[in-house]
Amino acid sequence: MIVSRKQAPSLKRQMWVAFLVVPPIVFMSLFVVYPILSAFAYAFYDWQGLARGEYVGLKNFKEVLFGATMAPVVWNAFLHNVYALVALMIIQNGGGFLLAWLLYKEPFGFRFHRIAVFVPVVLSTIIVGFLWKLFLNPNFGIVNQALYSLGLDSLAKPWLGDSSTALGALILANAWHFVGFPTLVYLAGMQRIPPEIIEAARLDGTNEWQLLKNIVWPLVAPSTTILFTLLFIGAFNWFEIPYVMVGLDGSPFGTTDVLGLVFYRTAFGNQSASIQNFGMGSALATLLFLFIVVFASMLTLWLRRREIQF
Amino acid sequence: MTALTSQAPASRQPISFALLAQVILIANSFIMLYPVVVMVLSAFKTTGEIFEHPFALPDFTQIGNFAKVLGETAMPTYFMNSILVTGTSVLLILVLGTMAGYAVARYESRTNTFILLFFLAGLMLPLKLAVIPLFILLRDLGLLDSRWSLIVTYTAIGLPSAVFIMAGFLRTLPSELEDAARIDGASEPRIMWSVMLPLARPPMAIAAIQNAVPIWNDFFFPLVFIQTDARKTLPQGLTAFMGEYTTDWGMLFAGLTIAAAPITLLYIALSRQFIQGMTAGAVK
Repeated sequence: MIVSRKQAPSLKRQMWVAFLVVPPIVFMSLFVVYPILSAFAYAFYDWQGLARGEYVGLKNFKEVLFGATMAPVVWNAFLHNVYALVALMIIQNGGGFLLAWLLYKEPFGFRFHRIAVFVPVVLSTIIVGFLWKLFLNPNFGIVNQALYSLGLDSLAKPWLGDSSTALGALILANAWHFVGFPTLVYLAGMQRIPPEIIEAARLDGTNEWQLLKNIVWPLVAPSTTILFTLLFIGAFNWFEIPYVMVGLDGSPFGTTDVLGLVFYRTAFGNQSASIQNFGMGSALATLLFLFIVVFASMLTLWLRRREIQF
Repeated sequence: MTALTSQAPASRQPISFALLAQVILIANSFIMLYPVVVMVLSAFKTTGEIFEHPFALPDFTQIGNFAKVLGETAMPTYFMNSILVTGTSVLLILVLGTMAGYAVARYESRTNTFILLFFLAGLMLPLKLAVIPLFILLRDLGLLDSRWSLIVTYTAIGLPSAVFIMAGFLRTLPSELEDAARIDGASEPRIMWSVMLPLARPPMAIAAIQNAVPIWNDFFFPLVFIQTDARKTLPQGLTAFMGEYTTDWGMLFAGLTIAAAPITLLYIALSRQFIQGMTAGAVK
């Protein structure tokens, strides 16, 4: 690995190394570091459309967190992000864990099932959103059509138009889209467990439930750490599925509003009102960014502690 | 679950468990695939047929919807834009990622730790939240509403992971390879190009797939950066298309099918590489 041990690196070689590292670093500085640093600064200014106005200190932050018009919307949306996070942890990550365990035993047809579960993952979220929007259509969608043909007319609903089911429908569409991801990550984690451990437990007469709870679950802790952290970041950046399925306003009546929609409406306006507030948008983005960084790091550290070396 | 716990201890799993596992797996695969199948079947039907017989098999010779989508809408343009943007971004990610990864992996330098930390920070920060300053920067550079606005953004997002994948692999190559070439008088660029990089095709494929799929599917950045219809990528164009044909369900399903077809077929052909590439960040 160490190549230039014998002689000091020649000027020619230093130039060559610089040629290799400088372009990527300049690129990253311009399009990642500079925008992220500016994002914090922008939140402290007043904006008129695309023009930066005067320095206003914490005014934008106060407005986002406590302002009469903005705060109720933000907190309402935040709550929906939390619901989505909890529900997806159980359905998407929990479901993925169980599916992975079934696939781990390599039952008949497991290659087919492994490929099938990942098909929705490769599709664009926009395709998934539109597909389920059509399927959940109150009159002609296949969900209600299936219920009618089974004689379960009373269960048919305007799923996306009903305040009590709309958010749940979005969460399920998201789970359908992504459950294959935790499934295959957990499967890879399980395949790294030394088979002797599981074999020994089986010989000791451990039943399936104890095996899962006391042996498999603790040993796939590294996968859990990554999957839960990614889901946490994803849940608070949630945007595409709600945007496509229920629109920019989180209809009906804001019951599906999430922070991603609030941010987009605030920063880039909605078509009807054509409002654009970069100051408030930046404040919201900064708060969300700090929230994600702080909680995701805490979550990672806490989950890391349960990981066992083997 | 209680039914399982009450099973008598056994060294082999009981038959009833294997049966239950089969039922769950088959049900799950059905749920995963059936919506996609309905989408494709509906694309061959007229709107009336979809409404009246949603689950029936269509007449597969009826390809009017596809002809209309490809002939009368802007879908082929969106397609070309997606290919152009994804292809250029992935190429830039691989070139820049390999350059930085190679330097860090093959030359000892005091700045290596700094460079890796720099890219590690880029890996953690969600650039989506910096979209406002990025929007203003791109406007100042005159790139807004152009395909380049997307290409530079995607390259910036994908570069850090490519650096780590490339550096991680290149570090494992034995230094005897380059020493031998050096003794033969080969220059440093030549050693990189002719000796080392030909060995680095597998990690390049992983980095390419890991980035190509989310770039191809991305909707957020085009939504913010692109206004002109002729420059829209597929996911963004699809929203315009869906808005235009709201009541013509045959067209809608044909549009969705055409948009989903390339990546789905590619996935079925290369499922191992896709799965490996897309889970590369989460599986060590």
